Amino acid sequence: MTSTATPHRGRLSGRLIVVSLGVPAAPLALFLLSLLVAGGETNLQVLITLGSLFLTCLVVGGFGLARLLTTRYHLTGERLELSSGLLFRSRHAVPPARVRSVDVTANPLQRLLGLTTLRIDTGGQGGGGLKLDGLTAADAAELRRRILQWRETGHALNVTEDAGLICELDRAWLRYAPLTVWGVGGVLAAAGSVYRTLHEMKIDPLELGAVQDLVRRFGSVPLWYGLLLATLALIALGAACSTLTFIENWSGYELRRAEGGVLRVRRGLLATRSVSMEESRLRGVELVEPIPLRWAGGAKLNAVTSGLGDRDENRNRRALTPPVPRAEALRVAGQVLTEEWLLNRAGLTPHPRAALRRRINRALIAAVLVAAALAGLGLWLGQAFVTAGWITGVLLAPILTVFACDAHRTLGHGLRGHHLAMAYGTFARRTVVLRRDGIIGWMVTRSPFQRRTGLLTLGATTAAGDGVYKVRDVSVDQGLELAEAAVPRLLAPFVESVASNSPGRRMRAGAR
Amino acid sequence: MSDLRLRPPRNRVACRSIGWWSAQAAVFALPLPLTFAILWASIPPTRELFMWLTLISLVPGLLYVAVMPYWRYRVHRWEVTGEAVYAASGWLWQQWRVVPLSRVQTVDTLRGPLQQLFGLSGVSVTTASSSAVRINGLDREIGDELVAYLTSRTHVVPGDNA
Repeated sequence: MTSTATPHRGRLSGRLIVVSLGVPAAPLALFLLSLLVAGGETNLQVLITLGSLFLTCLVVGGFGLARLLTTRYHLTGERLELSSGLLFRSRHAVPPARVRSVDVTANPLQRLLGLTTLRIDTGGQGGGGLKLDGLTAADAAELRRRILQWRETGHALNVTEDAGLICELDRAWLRYAPLTVWGVGGVLAAAGSVYRTLHEMKIDPLELGAVQDLVRRFGSVPLWYGLLLATLALIALGAACSTLTFIENWSGYELRRAEGGVLRVRRGLLATRSVSMEESRLRGVELVEPIPLRWAGGAKLNAVTSGLGDRDENRNRRALTPPVPRAEALRVAGQVLTEEWLLNRAGLTPHPRAALRRRINRALIAAVLVAAALAGLGLWLGQAFVTAGWITGVLLAPILTVFACDAHRTLGHGLRGHHLAMAYGTFARRTVVLRRDGIIGWMVTRSPFQRRTGLLTLGATTAAGDGVYKVRDVSVDQGLELAEAAVPRLLAPFVESVASNSPGRRMRAGAR
Repeated sequence: MSDLRLRPPRNRVACRSIGWWSAQAAVFALPLPLTFAILWASIPPTRELFMWLTLISLVPGLLYVAVMPYWRYRVHRWEVTGEAVYAASGWLWQQWRVVPLSRVQTVDTLRGPLQQLFGLSGVSVTTASSSAVRINGLDREIGDELVAYLTSRTHVVPGDNA
């Protein structure tokens, strides 16, 4: 390969100037808008708010500009060099053997300008990797090709693009899209920030004509009818938002097993994402069934793997499937883990009754707290709230108790071949299988209630995913035996047997 | 019939830790009642309100300062064997951690200003997992020895780099 021998150098695209200048333009536009709305008048508060925003944006834009002017990359035979920064100079050099994957992504703004982000995963800790943010699409594709080619000459990893397809988007899955609860929250958050922005600009949205009109109409129908309509509207808006998010996130989704032991997820409509996971770093999978989705027989599958970056990045990048039918999620899990039955909840060891008591206690405490909060407001605002508090408490207690029973029924754990399986959760039911050789320590926790009732929570720490995966509320014997069976000889030196006469005060006894 | 249990780790932390935890608890729990007390003393018309607020915030604060350090001292323990680090911590909510030496990646010493005042040091043992094992309130010399031992051991035992 001759092309890898010739050095290749380059810089970010000049189009980034537009972005850098665009950032401070936003508060200016807001200021003009406020002048327009307020009829040419302004006041100190608006000036201060927008002025400080403008300054912040100026600094952000300046940094962007500095980055654009100083970032260089340089690919030689031995390494890829990256230098950037004006005040804080940084220089990275990566040898070919360290490059695990090269992904090209673009967010909507970048798409508009024909720019992309090239991300080089070097498999280091704490999200080790390099990012070149703001290359032209052509430059990025060229650089990616060269890096991959260059790596192949370095060692014999072969990355062919279209090997083993595991899963591909099915239009029918769109029916699960409205069932993610984030939609409603998103609508509320958006409404909140619009209100705040207008408020900061001294415009009270409640006094706008359209809103006043709406309030008057709302007042003319019975309260329950109005509330019902408002709730329905909110849910409809939320479902629409969820659907749009689903389309944006998951259009063009495919999961492939590329050669060289890499699982690659591609997805995204406006912002294309491509995530590569090395199978050797995969420690297991997690099946998530949040409540509306579960009722419709759907589930999501996440990878439990290291090398996806820090906690937030891991959250964003770990998805192996969108919300899909449960059977499909299990099939994909089977393909990824090579054994399908691992995720089966049937056959898991149930947890003791004390775990149920703990959940019911929690449910009742939650119901009492909500009722008490409402009743407390009532002492201050009037009798109606006290009544509302009573009714809420009486309704909430049995509902939450049902959830508590469900949570207990979900609890389970077991050893399955090379894996440790655990299930928990009711609002979002999670089933996790974790490779036993991926467990690098134990974390046993006990609350006062758990110490009194002889329970413990056994956490398996691992390099992958959330870092700790917990088997919740097992009896002490169960938990310690499980730990010993899963990873022999790790916990055993610290476990002793005692004659069982006072189950309550176990474990604390040694502390005198 | 016999039952299993986790035995407490062999070594206690330094008993000066009680002082350290008390100081920490005081810094955390006392400013609020103090503020209320000053208001109580300085604004006569609101006397009754601030008296109650002072009492309400002071009683749990004092209880916390009085109980937490001793309780913690009974629980916090640590032990290092040829194969693993074993540490217990917490008071109401308690935690036992085991990490095999073969998986230890870095060993750090942390010494906050208060801890320095009491001549204590904290050792944090990090693996590839995101949560580190912390042993706080060690006597300074013991802490240094522990770090030296762990650092030498982690080079010896062949490990995985996850």
